[in-house]
Amino acid sequence: MNIVVCVKYVPDATADRQFKSDNTVDRVGVDGLLSELDEYAVEQALQVKEKRDGEEITVTALSVGPEKAVDAVRKALQMGADKGVHVLDDAIAGSDAAATSLVIAKAVEKVGPVDLVVFGMASTDAGMGVVPAMVAERLGLPQVTLASVVETQGNQVRIKRDGDAATEVIGGTLPLVLSVTDQSGEARYPSFKGIMAAKKKPLETFSVADLGIDAGQVGLAAAWTQVEATAARPPRTAGEIVKDEDGSGATALVEFLASKKFI
Amino acid sequence: MSEVLVVVDHVDGAVKKPTYELLTIAARLGEPSAVFIGSAAQGAQVAEAVKAYGAEKVYVVDDAQIKGYLVAPKAEVLQQLVAKTSPAAVLIQSSAEGKEIAARLSVKISSGLITDAVDVQAGGITTQSVFAGNFTVNAKATQGTPVITVKPNSAAPVEKAAAGAVEQFDAVISDAAKTAQIVASQPRQASGRPELTEAAVVVSGGRGTGGDFTSVEAFADSLGAAVGASRAAVDSGWKPHTFQVGQTGKTVSPQLYVAAGISGAIQHRAGMQTAKTIVAVNKDEEAPLFELVDFGVVGDLHAVLPAATAQIEARKG
Repeated sequence: MNIVVCVKYVPDATADRQFKSDNTVDRVGVDGLLSELDEYAVEQALQVKEKRDGEEITVTALSVGPEKAVDAVRKALQMGADKGVHVLDDAIAGSDAAATSLVIAKAVEKVGPVDLVVFGMASTDAGMGVVPAMVAERLGLPQVTLASVVETQGNQVRIKRDGDAATEVIGGTLPLVLSVTDQSGEARYPSFKGIMAAKKKPLETFSVADLGIDAGQVGLAAAWTQVEATAARPPRTAGEIVKDEDGSGATALVEFLASKKFI
Repeated sequence: MSEVLVVVDHVDGAVKKPTYELLTIAARLGEPSAVFIGSAAQGAQVAEAVKAYGAEKVYVVDDAQIKGYLVAPKAEVLQQLVAKTSPAAVLIQSSAEGKEIAARLSVKISSGLITDAVDVQAGGITTQSVFAGNFTVNAKATQGTPVITVKPNSAAPVEKAAAGAVEQFDAVISDAAKTAQIVASQPRQASGRPELTEAAVVVSGGRGTGGDFTSVEAFADSLGAAVGASRAAVDSGWKPHTFQVGQTGKTVSPQLYVAAGISGAIQHRAGMQTAKTIVAVNKDEEAPLFELVDFGVVGDLHAVLPAATAQIEARKG
């Protein structure tokens, strides 16, 4: 059984993030890391493997991104993934979700016949949360998304999730695309042994040409959407802040709400 | 004028407010057409509702064959409707399901996808808020039929009488699209409060509640608001995950957001930054959320909120 877990290297959300003059995200000078939400995906991929003890299961960590993105793959290897794939190509810079999903889908196909592709619920930078569905569409696979509980048995997968209007149990048959939320269970820390073992694990690097993708299909120029303008939010006109003394806070609050016609 | 397809969000044929917002936005881009995927018997009732908000046409797609399957069949329905109508754009509500339908559709029709728009202008220029509200972005689709998901409360619904001509549409759904299925569903217990993601007013409680949401809930009820919670409150087991506002919970975009006892971690801000008016009540005057607020009260929420609730009730008479 082949499991691919997709991991993204993202700018640190607590750092000061900016746009470049071409309206792409400035990734230089901002520390990056494995997207926190993808750690849950790695964890669930490893748990599927561990719960199916006795089966031959390979967990491949896949990242698409600049040179530093290999750090995200390494972290997954340290946590316990068996091998890593890094798609690295200058042509990819500025790719939108559609192009990114194309690269991921082609990379998954290159890894081999895959049974399960696991994602975090969204990246912590762009945060659209659409790439899992796009990859599923490109691979012609069903998707079961936003799982808080994942169970597999034979070729059946069942997940539990908090849907928009209901808590649902979703069933699907492998192969499929899965995404998991931060409710799915704490991600493990790499052990010292894991960190040492990761150094010996296979890690391949592919260019878009290796994946059979024309460089013109990816990158900023090929994007199906274009950011026309970015503007830093004007410094907020400092809101009024009052200290509550002898109930004055409540009165001021109610007056504010009434002035804005919320009452 | 080209049609603009608007996917109707509904519960058993009862149309939800974000649909009217989408129809209002659609009128800026072309001629609004509603797409109702549901029980055919409810088509007339839905048409009656949406034609009051500008829907010239209502495509009724009987979901008898696809009910209970996930998003893939709906994406196929829309793909076929796009082929039939060559619309100027497809508008879908920015819910988790809406975004996934949009994602599959955009790949199927090789068209640009924009999610979480808080505004859409003529020509399909969208506005989004990114990086925890620190930047505003204008974007547009450069290829194909723009597929745009729009957050609730992004437009005030404008009533506009239209024809609302009903047309049955028979989509052909592949077997491959029917491979992920809802096995069991436990509808959310009705709280009598508006749904968090769509509410015009949201009152959320955090660590500062100490686990007691009584005053948060009473205050919310006085404003007709939905109740939310920060991740800290959810992780403490005070509220289920379905209440969580933030990057890994629900994204809300209300007219008014009141954060009570919430310091305002960046992940929380990412989930509520597009609220039009932000109010915070917190004992800690250093709480980062105070940087974002239109109005803040430094004080104990367990004192401030009950007093405010009483005053609001008194004003309402």
